[in-house]
Amino acid sequence: MNAHEEDRMKQLLKQAMPPAGDAELERDRWPAMLQRLDAQPASPPWFDWALAGGLAVFAVVFPASIPVFLYYL
Amino acid sequence: MQNESSTVLDEFQRGDPATFDDAFETLFHLHQRTIFRWLMRIVRNPAAAEDLTVETFWRIYRAHARFDPERGFEAWARTIATHAALDWLRTQRSETELLMDVAAPPASDPAISAEIRFKTAKAFSRLPPKLRIAAVLAVVEELPHKEVAAALGISVAAVKVRAFRALRLLRKDLQQQGITP
Repeated sequence: MNAHEEDRMKQLLKQAMPPAGDAELERDRWPAMLQRLDAQPASPPWFDWALAGGLAVFAVVFPASIPVFLYYL
Repeated sequence: MQNESSTVLDEFQRGDPATFDDAFETLFHLHQRTIFRWLMRIVRNPAAAEDLTVETFWRIYRAHARFDPERGFEAWARTIATHAALDWLRTQRSETELLMDVAAPPASDPAISAEIRFKTAKAFSRLPPKLRIAAVLAVVEELPHKEVAAALGISVAAVKVRAFRALRLLRKDLQQQGITP
């Protein structure tokens, strides 16, 4: 893609997705924040550890998947 | 931009139970609108940006000990918000209507039909989220590359590379649909 094509793509993208501009928050989110602070954590730590362990095992068994995994991070 | 006193920032960073909650509430009220606007630029969906504002401050709340008052609260909060938005984008299926919530451009190029704009937005939603964020902030919102780099925690060069790759992949996708940009 040359510079001219890049400029064309930028213009097309801006036409397709205009800037968000001055979007304003319409209500105070503090009540929702308080609810969130009072809530329990969404996922228990054991699940996080199991997921991390599973990923580590997967990476050892299929090392070729590591670059693919990193790409999507 | 609103400023908070260094006392509030110190109280927030220290996490002393006697003063922490008040400091956090002060920072929340000072910055919730700025963070919402930042998130809107990325996710382009008011309901999602509202939820992500709360998610961002939840992460801020938990990470208070890692806050460096020298760096400034807003830049730090924006980085956290960007990562929260990235996580959200990863959970969304491609071709959803994430990008359709912002009004049509006031001065549309007549040479670009509504159908092409729609297909472009859809194709854009299929790109990897990390490329999408770089492109939407650097190209659509025209923010300085340095600011985008700070929010994403990458170099300016990496921002340019990601934005370019996004445009290149977008062009390829459109060409596969028979659209020559």
